[in-house]
Amino acid sequence: MNTKSELILDIKNLKVEYRTDDGVVNAVNGLDLEIEKGQTHGLVGETGAGKTTTALSVLDLIQSPPGIIVDGKIKLEGKNIRGLKDKDMESIRGNDVSMIFQDPMTSLNPVMTIEDQIAEVIEYHESGGYKEAIEKTHEMLTMVGLPPRRGKEYPHQFSGGMKQRVVIAMALACRPKLLIADEPTTALDVTIQAQVLTLMKNLKNQYGTSMLMITHDLGIVAEICDKVSVIYAGHIIEHGDLVDIFDNTRHPYTEGLFNSLPNLQDRKAKLIPIKGLMPDPTDLPTGCPFHPRCDYAMDICTKKYPEKRYRNDQHFVECHLYDSDNIKRGGVIKRG
Amino acid sequence: MDGIIHNNKKPTDALKIKQKYKKQSQLKEIWFRLKKNKTSVLGLIIILIIISLAIASGFIYDYDEDVINQNISERLQSPSLDHPFGTDELGRDILARIIYGSRTSLSIGFTTVVISLISGGILGAISGFYGGRIDNVIMRIMDIFLAIPGTLFAITIVAALGTSTINLMIALSISGVPRFARIVRSSVMTVKDVEFVEAARAIGANNLRIIIQHVIPNSLAPVIVQTTLQVATIILTIAGLSFLGLGVSAPQPEWGAMLSSARAYMREYSYMTLFPGLAIMITILALNLLGDGLRDALDPRLK
Repeated sequence: MNTKSELILDIKNLKVEYRTDDGVVNAVNGLDLEIEKGQTHGLVGETGAGKTTTALSVLDLIQSPPGIIVDGKIKLEGKNIRGLKDKDMESIRGNDVSMIFQDPMTSLNPVMTIEDQIAEVIEYHESGGYKEAIEKTHEMLTMVGLPPRRGKEYPHQFSGGMKQRVVIAMALACRPKLLIADEPTTALDVTIQAQVLTLMKNLKNQYGTSMLMITHDLGIVAEICDKVSVIYAGHIIEHGDLVDIFDNTRHPYTEGLFNSLPNLQDRKAKLIPIKGLMPDPTDLPTGCPFHPRCDYAMDICTKKYPEKRYRNDQHFVECHLYDSDNIKRGGVIKRG
Repeated sequence: MDGIIHNNKKPTDALKIKQKYKKQSQLKEIWFRLKKNKTSVLGLIIILIIISLAIASGFIYDYDEDVINQNISERLQSPSLDHPFGTDELGRDILARIIYGSRTSLSIGFTTVVISLISGGILGAISGFYGGRIDNVIMRIMDIFLAIPGTLFAITIVAALGTSTINLMIALSISGVPRFARIVRSSVMTVKDVEFVEAARAIGANNLRIIIQHVIPNSLAPVIVQTTLQVATIILTIAGLSFLGLGVSAPQPEWGAMLSSARAYMREYSYMTLFPGLAIMITILALNLLGDGLRDALDPRLK
């Protein structure tokens, strides 16, 4: 099992801070993330857990000031891309790594036709000139299921789902190696969500693109992800493949996430939300950041940050509940 | 057969119309909304008439013969068929001078505004987009200029550099710069944080491309409105300066200068002040009507 195929993205010990007047916001605190080639990696967590910050730091797009990447290594296909010059970074963005933003309503320029916007990406990264770019744009439009003749229209003439298709076409126009999707379906209604997810899944397989799927929706994770990382307060606290996370849940926080989902089999069952809120990132709790909200919290949780415990080659948990022995058996926590 | 052909024809026509409608750009949409506002269309028409008169004036009147040539035998005539607006104290036809005067006012007005628009726009875009220290330095300098009243500033410059059209234009352009810088800066600041700018950065666009391609086209609306209103202000200022003898030099016709020289004859020959005054008023009114209409047409909340 340990023959890990090539890594497309390898983040080690990433630390990102926002230095504001009110204090330092520790958005990401020593995060490790590995994405294998061709796989879809889910990054799951609550609002403010640092999901988007992680994604933006890969593209070096964090607003600065106040944001600053304090520490860590970001490797794309083995090559370090942290601290590259602006110019080199620009040739990576949209070409090797591209990003789909949360809200398609605002991520398209309202005064440009959509074909010009898609062609813009191609023009930046390929030397074909405008005409060739437009031809390719029409191909891309067909690919995402939009008639090319609508390319001359403006974003306000499209519906939300169609705009997200345009955004997907834009993101995939240069055949990126890695696609970062930041909650791509949050702004869409449920029927369109399914369509867009299927489309992304198909295109991803067609192009062999790797994908980082940022979401708070465990349904989406189950639908399209191969690997899942659960992020809490800027830290990966549990990581594994779908079977590991869904069927062998170990971390109390992950358990809490599942308990917050409505149960379709037992419709009378009450939701059990995780009590409390995300900790204030300017003043994180000592020890395990989840301990104030954790039902299983022990003395040691307030003092020491837990180490990684592996259940198998890939599935790990950062929690004091486990030692190398009982993690295999499970049974420490009870699912809803 | 006829019926079939007829039936075939109809949907394609409908489709064409539909496609035509769909292809309309924002600009067309703005024009569509502007058209609904009757007063601003009136303003636009008046401005177009004045502009075409100014352009055609060379064909209607001969500059040396009709506009600056003194003809004492015909001085101070009331409006008649020969001279619809009468003649002035030197026997020159007032209509001819007003039409030629529109050249001066409009050309100085528009060039000045274009100069201040471009320089103010660049400064405002830079300071709005980059923010921080650059923004602070640029905007404090603009504040200094803004603290000096425009007319006073123009008087100072003209007094220092001498009375000439070029100096007048320099003075007026400089005093217009901070206005545009402020407006462009504020609208760039609202646009630059919108997600599509971040998206543009995520596809590898550099700052220059982002500013030109994505930020400026989206922050134009308030600038267009300010431009029309600023032309009106400039025309008024020119008239005011010429009235004080600091504007355009004689014998070149200019509305403010005409008012100034007609002042002495106001009691007996009131038409001499009436017509240049009307010319100023109508032009300013038309520009303001257009500016107001544009503001409404460009405001997406009033869609």
